[in-house]
Amino acid sequence: MNAADKKRLLHEMLYARRFEERCYEAYVERKIGGFLHLYPGQEACCHGVLEAARAGEDHVITGYRDHVHAIKCGADPKEVMAELYGKETGSSKGRGGSMHIFDVKHHFYGGYALVGGPFPLAAGLAKGIKMKGGDEIAICFLGDAANNQGTFHEALNISALWELPVLFVCENNLYGIGTRIDRSTAVTDQYKRVCGYDIPAVQADGQDIEVVFKAAQKAIKHVRSGKGPYFLELMTYRYRGHSMSDSNAYRSKDEEADWSKRDPILILKNRLIKAGDLTEAAYKKLDKKIIDEIENEVIKFAEESPEPVVEELEKYVLAENDPYVHGGPN
Amino acid sequence: MANIMYWEAIQRAHDEEMTNDPLVICMGEDIGVAGGTYKATKGLFDKFGPERVIDTPISENGYTGVGIGASFIGIRPIIEIMSVNFAWLAMDQIFNSAAKVRYMSGGQLEAPVVIRSPGGTAHQLGAQHSARMENVFMGIAGLRVVTPSTPKQAYGLLKAAVRCNDPVFIYEHELMYNMKGDVPDAEFFHPLEGSEVVRSGKDLTLFGYNISVHWSLQAADILSKNHGIEAEVVDLFSLSPLDRAGIAASVSKTHRAVIVEESEAPVGVGSEVMAIINEECFFDLDAAPVRVSSANVPQPYNHTLEKATIPGPDDVVNAVVKMMGKA
Repeated sequence: MNAADKKRLLHEMLYARRFEERCYEAYVERKIGGFLHLYPGQEACCHGVLEAARAGEDHVITGYRDHVHAIKCGADPKEVMAELYGKETGSSKGRGGSMHIFDVKHHFYGGYALVGGPFPLAAGLAKGIKMKGGDEIAICFLGDAANNQGTFHEALNISALWELPVLFVCENNLYGIGTRIDRSTAVTDQYKRVCGYDIPAVQADGQDIEVVFKAAQKAIKHVRSGKGPYFLELMTYRYRGHSMSDSNAYRSKDEEADWSKRDPILILKNRLIKAGDLTEAAYKKLDKKIIDEIENEVIKFAEESPEPVVEELEKYVLAENDPYVHGGPN
Repeated sequence: MANIMYWEAIQRAHDEEMTNDPLVICMGEDIGVAGGTYKATKGLFDKFGPERVIDTPISENGYTGVGIGASFIGIRPIIEIMSVNFAWLAMDQIFNSAAKVRYMSGGQLEAPVVIRSPGGTAHQLGAQHSARMENVFMGIAGLRVVTPSTPKQAYGLLKAAVRCNDPVFIYEHELMYNMKGDVPDAEFFHPLEGSEVVRSGKDLTLFGYNISVHWSLQAADILSKNHGIEAEVVDLFSLSPLDRAGIAASVSKTHRAVIVEESEAPVGVGSEVMAIINEECFFDLDAAPVRVSSANVPQPYNHTLEKATIPGPDDVVNAVVKMMGKA
C-alpha cells in the first residue's frame, strides 16, 4: 500500500465517519426515523477488506450497520442519505430505510435486519458465482453476536462442504446489542469457533487498516483461488450504542477511552504524518472539505428529494407483468 | 396425453426446466442420490450431476437461505422441504429474505426461488409430521402460494413457478404423490393466479384446494345422486393471491358457499374466502357460508382420533344438506 493509497483510504474513512455523525444529527432532528445503527470506530474493517477485494464486482452482503459498506462498494452517498430520509431518490426508493440499503449494480446485496440472516444468503451468492463460473467472491460482513445464531453454523457447514467462494468477515466489536461478548458467548475468540468446519480462520487487529488489508489480501487470495471459504475475525469497537435507541450505559468510560486511543482514522493519520506524507493542517483542510461536501451535496440532495407517492404503495411487492403468472408468454 | 402419477408430473417438470436452463437447480434433503422421499426428483442426480441436484444437510433455514441467495444472481433454485412441518425452520429465510427483498430494495433485487413442500395428514405421523401450513404462507406479502390438486396442475404450476420472477411456495400433499391423472404431452405453463370451476352446478359452491378438491367432487356426486343437489366445485389452486373475482362469480351464481379445507379453521383459507364473499357478493347470498375444516388440535397419533380430526366427503355432504334445509 503506497502513500497515495493510504491518503485515499484516510479520506474514505474520514468521509464515512463524518457521514455517520451527520446521520446522528439528522436522527436527533427527526429527519431520519426508525432504527439507526452507526459505524464510527469500525471503519478500518470495511475499508481494509474491500480495499483488498474488487469492490463493485465481488458480491457483498451484510447486516443492518450497512451504510458504509454500501458506499465503499460504490453506492452514491447521496442516495444512501436519501434512503435514510425515506425519499423516492433513496437507494431503495424509501422502502428500505437504514437497515436495508441495497445497490445491486455495485453488487451490494443489502442490508438485513435479522441477526445472522445473511450467512446463508452469502453462501448462496457464492454457490451462484461458482455455477456461473466467474472468479468473483462473496463477502459477508457481520458482527460477533451473529455467530450465536444457527445460520452461522449451517452456512459454515454448507460453505465448507461445497467449497464455496465466500469470505466471512466477523467484525468483533465485543457487544451484541448491549450484552458484552463474555456474557453471551462461551468462546469469545470467534475464529476458534470455526475450526469445527475445517475452514481457515484468522483473528486480526481491526483498527489498523494496513493490518486489515494484509489479512484480507491473504483471505481473498485463498477464496478466489477456489480453495473454499475463509473466516476473518477483526477485533474492533463501535463508539456509538448498538442503535440510536441504546443508552450505551453498559460500558465503562475507561473502556471507551482506551479504544479511542486506537481509533482507525487516528492510527492512519498519525502514520502518514510521521512518514511526512501528511500535515495536521492538510488533514484539517480535508476534514472541512468532507464536512462541507456532506452538507452541501449529500444532505441537500436528501432534503430536497421528493417523497414516494402513496399511489405506489403496492409497487415492488411482486414482479410487474410477469407472463408466467398467467400461463406463459403464449 | 399421458396418464401419470403426481410425483411423475413433478419429476417431468424438473427434468424439462433443468434441460431448458442450465441455471435451474434443485436442492433438498435426500433429493439427489436417494431420488427424493416422494420420488419427485428421481433420476435427476444421474442426469444433471451433484452441482445441480444437491443433497443438502438437514439445515432447513440454512439451505433455503442458500437457495434464496443464489437466486439473487440469476440461479433458479427449486428447493424441496421434505415436510411442511420442517418449513417452520426455514420461515425466517422465506419470510424475511425471499418475500421481502424486492420491496425493501425498491425493486432492485428479486428472489425467483421455488419452494416445494408437502403438507397434510398422511397416516399416523403424529403432531409434528402432519401439519397443514397453507394459512401461514398465504398471509405473506411478496410470496406466491399455489397448490396442485392434480398431476396436470403439479406439472404446469411447477413449470410456471420456475420461470416466474417471484418466490413461489408450492404446497403439495403427502397422500397425493401416487394419484394418477392425465398430463398433456406438449409443454405447458399453468397460470399461477386464478381458480378453476372443475364441476359446474347451480345450487351451491364447494370451494376446495389440493386434496379437498377431491373430497368436494366426491361429495358433489353423492349430493347429486342422493339429494338432488347440484354443487359447483371450484379449485382454488392459487392460495395467494386468492381469486376474488372467481370466488365472487361462482357465489353470485349459486348463492351458497361451503369452503372445504384440510387445515384447521382459525385464520385459514376458509376464513379468508368467507371474508372475500362478504366483501364482494354479500347480498347475493341465500345462506350464511360454512366451513368444513379440521379439528383444531395437534394431530393425534391414534388412528381413530386422527380420522376424527380430518374432514372428508361425508362431512361435506352433511354440511351441505344442513345448509340446504334438507337434513
